[in-house]
Amino acid sequence: MRSRFSLFLAPAAAIQALLFAAPLIVVAGYSLLSRGAYGGVERPWTFENYARLLDPLYGAILWRSFVMAAAATALCVLLGFPLALFISRSGRRKNLYLQLVILPFWTSFLIRTYAWIFLLRDSGLFNSALLALGVIQEPLPLLYNSSAVLLGLVYGYLPFMVLPLYATLEKLDPALIEASADLGARPWRTLIRVILPLCRPGILAGAMLVFIPCLGAYLTPDLMGGGKTILIGNVVQNQFTTARDWPFGSALSLALMALAIVPLMLGVRRRGEALL
Amino acid sequence: MKRALPAYAAIAFAFLHLPLLVLAVFSVNSSRFTQWDGFSLRWYRAALADGNLLEAAANSLAIAIASTLLATVVGTLAAYGLHKRHVPWLSGSLYLSLVSPEIVTGVALLAFFQWAFRYLGAQLGLHTVILAHTAFSISYVVIVVLARLRSLDPSLEEAALDLGATEWRTFRRVVLPQLSPGIAAAALLAFTISFDDYVITSLVAGVDSETLPMVMYSAARRGASPVLNAISTVVVVALGGLILISERLRAA
Repeated sequence: MRSRFSLFLAPAAAIQALLFAAPLIVVAGYSLLSRGAYGGVERPWTFENYARLLDPLYGAILWRSFVMAAAATALCVLLGFPLALFISRSGRRKNLYLQLVILPFWTSFLIRTYAWIFLLRDSGLFNSALLALGVIQEPLPLLYNSSAVLLGLVYGYLPFMVLPLYATLEKLDPALIEASADLGARPWRTLIRVILPLCRPGILAGAMLVFIPCLGAYLTPDLMGGGKTILIGNVVQNQFTTARDWPFGSALSLALMALAIVPLMLGVRRRGEALL
Repeated sequence: MKRALPAYAAIAFAFLHLPLLVLAVFSVNSSRFTQWDGFSLRWYRAALADGNLLEAAANSLAIAIASTLLATVVGTLAAYGLHKRHVPWLSGSLYLSLVSPEIVTGVALLAFFQWAFRYLGAQLGLHTVILAHTAFSISYVVIVVLARLRSLDPSLEEAALDLGATEWRTFRRVVLPQLSPGIAAAALLAFTISFDDYVITSLVAGVDSETLPMVMYSAARRGASPVLNAISTVVVVALGGLILISERLRAA
């Protein structure tokens, strides 16, 4: 009786095995081979690709990616928490405000990134406006630097932080907040000593949803960093396309996967909340 | 804090939405430059006259429809199976595929297709993009449909099984009709995600399967252009509409 539900699961299991697990196994195999003369892979088997990960050049890129992802995550918590708090306290308008966060959550990441290119480039809206007002004589270099990449990541992933934060705040027992106020705590103190600690699961869930894609970000650094702020995602892409060093690209992507999975394993029990 | 919070929220919402609004406003600006010069639809006409762009849009549409159909069927079945039975490795795998960095999923699929095609004599093309999109959309479908399943009254289903209906018949005749808003919501989401995807698509697409995001990406890399503003506006409005419908269905 029980086993018959397998038929419902079989197609998804087959697709997961074939299009998720098998590709990772192929990549793991490639990461242990050598680069072929025409860009493919060849024997002999080697650990050389992993040894190259320790090269200071790639170490620096890995570190930069980590710092960038951590900074974006921290900014998303700082900017997202008050917004989630506001939405959770806005009574009948709650749904409307929630939609305003959900909409960018699902809308084209590419277009949302492009919008900032339009605003920030030399002949973009900000520079044009400032030039017209006579505030500046030369356009400011707002785009194609690491601050622009950070801005792009925060803008892109802020909704991913607000939604899980909102979900936890929503479930918060108001009696606890009232009790804190009744006992004489000022709003700020209630926020820091009562609300924030109770929101830990939401903060962790949101942090995961922001940190992991930021760590592997490819599109934002490429478009908004203009090739100057190279992150690990860009190196992976480059190895598989222009550089055609698939074995090294494979080793790099497995390293990236491992870095992304560590925080994931820490938070995996909270996945119910993480997923909307 | 009482007044600071709404003021902050207003700024945050502006931060989230103003960039796209500005894009929409300048898409109907008759000047090529970033200064207002009167209303005009010339950039929309220019976009419609661009054969390359239309072909890419047709590709994106075909890929999104095919992968949505596949992912919705497979994902709905899987959601019901997972609702009935705890299969940790499958839910774990679906979850992992959802949160893996896109670039890793993309290069892994590329390596896998190239490796498999050495034996199959096939090439990258629309079909590889459809397969890749189906694979990553299934997780979203499972999440949305599973949430719906959990909100259903189990007694109807139990009654059907008690009265001797097979599992398949129970699923078809009792569960599926109650699930339909959730399934529609999931399908709309899958469609949006597929239509939008750039990172994975660009890696597994062949020479004849350039998608709209791929064309837009290379245009964005060269800088900004009023035609790109126009296409962006159309895509954001169309997909935004689908998202809102999907949200309505999920809440229903």
